[in-house]
Amino acid sequence: MSTPTPPEPFGWEPGISMSTLSEPQPERLPEPLLDVRDLRIVYDSPRGPVEACSGVNLTVRPGEFVGIVGESGCGKSTLLFGIAQLHSAPARIAGGEVLFRGKDLVTLPTKELNDLRWRNLAVVMQSAMNALNPVRTIASQFEDAILAHEKWSDERIRERSAEVLRLVSIDPVHLDSYPHQLSGGMRQRAMIAMALLFTPDLIVMDEPTSALDVVAQRSLMVQIKELQQQLGFAVVFVTHDMSLVSHFSDRLLVMYAGQVVEFGPTREVFDTPSHPYSKSLLDAFPSIRGPKVPLIGIPGDPPNLANPPAGCRFHPRCPVAQTPCTSEAPELYTLASSPDVESRCLAHRPTDPIDISLVNDAKEVQTS
Amino acid sequence: MTPLLETKDLSRHFKVGAKLFSHQLLHAVDDVNLTINEREIVALVGESGSGKSTMARLLAQVYKPTTGQITFQGKDVSQLRGRKRQLQYRSDVPMVFQDPFASLNPVYKVSHGIKRGLKLHRPELDAAGRHEELLRVVAAVGLNPPEEIIERYPYELSGGQRQRIGFAQALAYRPKLILADEPVSMLDVSIRIGLLNVMAKLRDEEGVSILYITHDIASARYVSDRVMVMYGGHVVEAGPTETVLADPKHPYTQLLLSAVPDPRAPLAITTEAAKAEPPVVIDPKPGCRFRARCPIAIDQCAHVTPLLQPLDPQHKAACHVTAPGVTAAA
Repeated sequence: MSTPTPPEPFGWEPGISMSTLSEPQPERLPEPLLDVRDLRIVYDSPRGPVEACSGVNLTVRPGEFVGIVGESGCGKSTLLFGIAQLHSAPARIAGGEVLFRGKDLVTLPTKELNDLRWRNLAVVMQSAMNALNPVRTIASQFEDAILAHEKWSDERIRERSAEVLRLVSIDPVHLDSYPHQLSGGMRQRAMIAMALLFTPDLIVMDEPTSALDVVAQRSLMVQIKELQQQLGFAVVFVTHDMSLVSHFSDRLLVMYAGQVVEFGPTREVFDTPSHPYSKSLLDAFPSIRGPKVPLIGIPGDPPNLANPPAGCRFHPRCPVAQTPCTSEAPELYTLASSPDVESRCLAHRPTDPIDISLVNDAKEVQTS
Repeated sequence: MTPLLETKDLSRHFKVGAKLFSHQLLHAVDDVNLTINEREIVALVGESGSGKSTMARLLAQVYKPTTGQITFQGKDVSQLRGRKRQLQYRSDVPMVFQDPFASLNPVYKVSHGIKRGLKLHRPELDAAGRHEELLRVVAAVGLNPPEEIIERYPYELSGGQRQRIGFAQALAYRPKLILADEPVSMLDVSIRIGLLNVMAKLRDEEGVSILYITHDIASARYVSDRVMVMYGGHVVEAGPTETVLADPKHPYTQLLLSAVPDPRAPLAITTEAAKAEPPVVIDPKPGCRFRARCPIAIDQCAHVTPLLQPLDPQHKAACHVTAPGVTAAA
């Protein structure tokens, strides 16, 4: 794409009303807040177990913003439910650990888990329309969440509820509103306010902006980022729109067919996507700038996880797949060129890598 | 050349309010003049609540206009009398809906809806002819092999495939104009492009026009020939897509453009305008409806509703500041 490249095009740019924001913190906290190790989640089906999350490793440091992207059916939401231990039958955790502040959530007794949830680890669900109770006011839903953890007085509950609503720029008069009286963007912000009640260490968000239009979506993203910088919580953000997180996340995890296919600093993944799937995702949306080029998206559908393709799971849709890809399953290799990036592509195998310089050729054919 | 479809000062107001005899009126669409020519994709862009879907329903004759007129192929559609003419209009101007999961009947094979439409709208075809036509339209929207696809149930198709069935269904009626109300917003980003390409193909190969309703201005750019931007029930800017996007005149169009996530561009948006809520247009007073969010509003904006002013023969915008009218300039 021959767009003029602006200097430092990615990441959090100053120039917005962000007096409250500080510089992104350098990696001075090596201790991860969340450490997911080799997590495997399966759905038991009559035709046998379906593995929707196959050996995922993910670390989130305090105050970090990690984006998880991939198409529908790639296991993003399953992973997120696994992190928060919200999965229910027929899903079950078949292996691995979810270490949150040093405790393994998978084996933690329910009572301790309940204590931890919401106070330290909050979840913002996909559709605010369905996640809020339509027949109760915002205030009573906030109260519910608070009383599950604390025996606060009515005034204190009211005060804290008003405070978090103000944080997300909603007038506290809406505490007495019902969800239907709020616009879609406000509902979604109210959900985020609810997650902030105890100022958790980690907020997990499952496509919180997918029901919003572009303007509301962008303003919500800016606001999440501002709050994050202000309050210092970490965010795991799931979305199918890779471009959405480009300006906001520190690191990006790309999932395909239940596996991590690429994980690295957002800037590097966008600048030089090392996995063909990341590249295809990035090329799939039209730009409003630069020349108009025909796009093809990603032909085909994500594979059925009950019977994933042999070899690389992406090979049937990969524009540059080669013979070894159909039989040899790639592992997550650390890139020789940049040690922070991991990629599940045989092209980055340390021994005998395949040649995907064809990626660029294919791209040219596609755009010409 | 007579345009395929034309609206003149089209408005639709809804009664709102809890009281039975409430006189509050919500102005969903106000004084919209829209033209769609043959073989043309026109994008109607705006945020939730801007009146885009009401426009589609007005054109599909789901709602009757409060005031104004819709002319299709030179004839006033409100004057269409009799079932036959009504039916003819509906087959000429079918609709494709937003949610491909809700718009197909789950208990029937996907061929069911298409066949029913064919029976109703193409009585000249016999059973064999209908089957042939069924296969043709399914193949035309890029579902291969059609023989196999038509035997499936909706749950056996992905979201993108279902939406293609939606287009096949519309195509079966030999339409002149397809009203596509947010056809891709429920789909994954990776699948949207495929469907946009189908729309362009239908225009080029089947000669249909499409009214493409969306809030995603980037996809509007990708597929449309002309674009109209709506805000609070008014059209605020209209013109050839490339002209409008290269040189947006209305501040709302500029806001929409700046909100599109583009990893290739630096982040540039003022949060103030973006944070404000869309207007609720109940009993609106005169004045520009965008003024509360507008960074460049002047006094006049609070009193006088700006009208669409031609900037060049094609490009129009309704703004006192960036597109001052002839009277204001004098």
